[in-house]
Amino acid sequence: MSPHINTTAGKATGLKRAVMSAVLSALFMGIGQIFNRQFIKGILYAVLEIFVIAVWSKPIAHGLWGLYTLGEQPQVRGARGKITEQGDHSIFLMIEGVIILIVVFILLLIYIRNIIDAYKTGKMIDQGGQPKSFVESLQNAWEKGYAYILLTPAFIFTLFLTILPLAFGILIAFTNYASPVLPPLKLVDWVGFQTFVNLFKLEIWSNTFYGVLWWTVIWSILATVTTFFVGLFYAVIINHKRIRFKKLWRTVFILPWAIPQFISILIFRNIFNGQFGPINQYLKLFGLEAIPWFSDPTWAKIALVTVNIWFGFPFWMALMSGVLTSIDKDMYEAAEVDGANAWQKFRKISFPLVMFATAPLLIMGFAGNFNNFNMIYLFTQGGPTNIAYSYAGSTDILISWIYKLTLEQNQYNMASVVSILIFVIVSIFSVYNFRRTKAFKEEDMIQ
Amino acid sequence: MTNRTHKKKSLSVGMKLRENLVIACIYIILILTGIFVIYPVAWIVLGSMNPGNTLFSSAFIPDNLTLNHYKALIEETDYLLWYKNTLFIATMNMIISTFLIVTSAYAFSRFRFPGRRKGLMAMLILQMFPGFMGMIAIYILLLQLNLLDNHWGLILVYAGGSIPFGAWLVKGYFDGLPRSLEEAAKIDGASNTTIFFKVMMPLSIPILTFIAVNNFIGPWMDFIFARLVLRSNENKTLAIGLFEMVTGRGNTEFTQFAAGAVLVAIPITILFLFLQKYIIEGLKAGANKG
Repeated sequence: MSPHINTTAGKATGLKRAVMSAVLSALFMGIGQIFNRQFIKGILYAVLEIFVIAVWSKPIAHGLWGLYTLGEQPQVRGARGKITEQGDHSIFLMIEGVIILIVVFILLLIYIRNIIDAYKTGKMIDQGGQPKSFVESLQNAWEKGYAYILLTPAFIFTLFLTILPLAFGILIAFTNYASPVLPPLKLVDWVGFQTFVNLFKLEIWSNTFYGVLWWTVIWSILATVTTFFVGLFYAVIINHKRIRFKKLWRTVFILPWAIPQFISILIFRNIFNGQFGPINQYLKLFGLEAIPWFSDPTWAKIALVTVNIWFGFPFWMALMSGVLTSIDKDMYEAAEVDGANAWQKFRKISFPLVMFATAPLLIMGFAGNFNNFNMIYLFTQGGPTNIAYSYAGSTDILISWIYKLTLEQNQYNMASVVSILIFVIVSIFSVYNFRRTKAFKEEDMIQ
Repeated sequence: MTNRTHKKKSLSVGMKLRENLVIACIYIILILTGIFVIYPVAWIVLGSMNPGNTLFSSAFIPDNLTLNHYKALIEETDYLLWYKNTLFIATMNMIISTFLIVTSAYAFSRFRFPGRRKGLMAMLILQMFPGFMGMIAIYILLLQLNLLDNHWGLILVYAGGSIPFGAWLVKGYFDGLPRSLEEAAKIDGASNTTIFFKVMMPLSIPILTFIAVNNFIGPWMDFIFARLVLRSNENKTLAIGLFEMVTGRGNTEFTQFAAGAVLVAIPITILFLFLQKYIIEGLKAGANKG
């Protein structure tokens, strides 16, 4: 052992102790630290490794086995459905496997940290320094690692409540986890890209997917553009210099945004009610025929977009009012001197400035409407039913289709595939939007 | 010369007339829109005080008003309990989320450490996944931890989900704050924690208000996760309780729903109107910072 280390150390002259302690720590956590006379730290590291080997090696092996096989023993039931053999639960095994992977990853980080630490302390001694005492090390960690300490709570939350579920959600896409293959009765298997292929190749899925995707895109564009221009319209007319009570108008018009959305959607659900809703009552009063708001796909879509204008325009109005009032009045006066009329002033001054200030939000608004689950699900629940679709209604957008696939139909793998596709679409918009923002450019300059 | 000024004057009289017409049109549009905006609100408020109990029996302006539905709502349903649940979840979520968001934003904004850029990038990507893609996993996780049908389970889910968006937003705001004050405090020997509470916090009130309000209002609106996590009637939040009132039994409890809706909408609307300045600023910052 020692001749080997001597040769390595010989190459890196003057770092004999550094290399030696790094190798020792790589062999067993903490030995290098003890070698450097940092006893408490070394013992803590060593205890951790002993603990992991003694207590955790079996769960880790079991977790990796579970993630790989997703279980081997199906549940066995005897007469009258009595469970005689519990069997493996593929989904629990999968989640345990993902958690174990994360734990292994963290342990690896600690292990690497331990080697680097031993190397650095050794180097310091090589260069004639004193190893830090345990208290000094703690103080050092508090100062230098302050950012990590700040981040730890958020990191743990994100790891277990966002990353872990997402990793699991993505993995589901590569299994056959869908009704009727449901644990604990049946075992789930890895199927690779089969579900992706099914979505595009099998007509029952591809028809639904393209149909729903098409409406999702139309819906996002309509919902964003209508609210944007209606908001702009009201911002401009309220901003007219001879209109009085500006504040009153703005406060009244901001109400739809201020009222909790799920409540107003549910209210509108009743207002549009085909039989008893006031709209159809008024139509009858005028001798017109009632409109089948929720049973006809086209009318349902019209109702959705209309109601969405009611919700959405106040936000744009408030935002644009801010922009409009901040525009320098001199610009308009200069334009008037040049003989510009109201429309020209709007086209050449107000509109470009408003667009400049709100364009990033327009893209975010599009992405938001793309996933506007509440609006669709609470208002129409995706209905009316569409017999040409698998598990989706005529007004379902992708996100509400996923919700139905998951919670109502147990088609988990397909839901997961569609989620991944939504992610791809939304990320294209977000990345485009983000790249051209100031924040990103500044971020580039820092490092 | 005189001819020209005369012409200009007559033109401006014509323009004046046209402008008056425009103004009149604008007022008409504003009043009509005002009616459209207020109609649903008035409808639900009047509906909640309508003597009947169904949607179809309620005329827009009823003959006499009653507060019976409010009484019934409080005495016969679990409404008060739902209100208490929602208030508890919202408050806890506000505290925990704000803490998690602010600590991580401070770290990302003011410290340079290995993994910083990767962490920022990861948060940006995490934001783009549909929120309930991880639903099944969260469900099983909470089941294993015995946190299903438990308010704390829901609070954890909300708090975890609020970090990526919020941290980016607040980090952007912190980046915009001048560093000279902090550096002065550092020279005076202030620790990082002191600097944060004494220097950064007072300067960040607007964005902190936005984050806190956002996370407070979130649980009042959320429907998906509340429905996933909370099962029993006494644990429900308002969003689920009210949704089930209108969809569950064919609108027979419409007036009771109306009363419930009014009681939720009033405090949230007032809160919103008071803080709208912060909310608009926050959303604007959100779009510009990613």
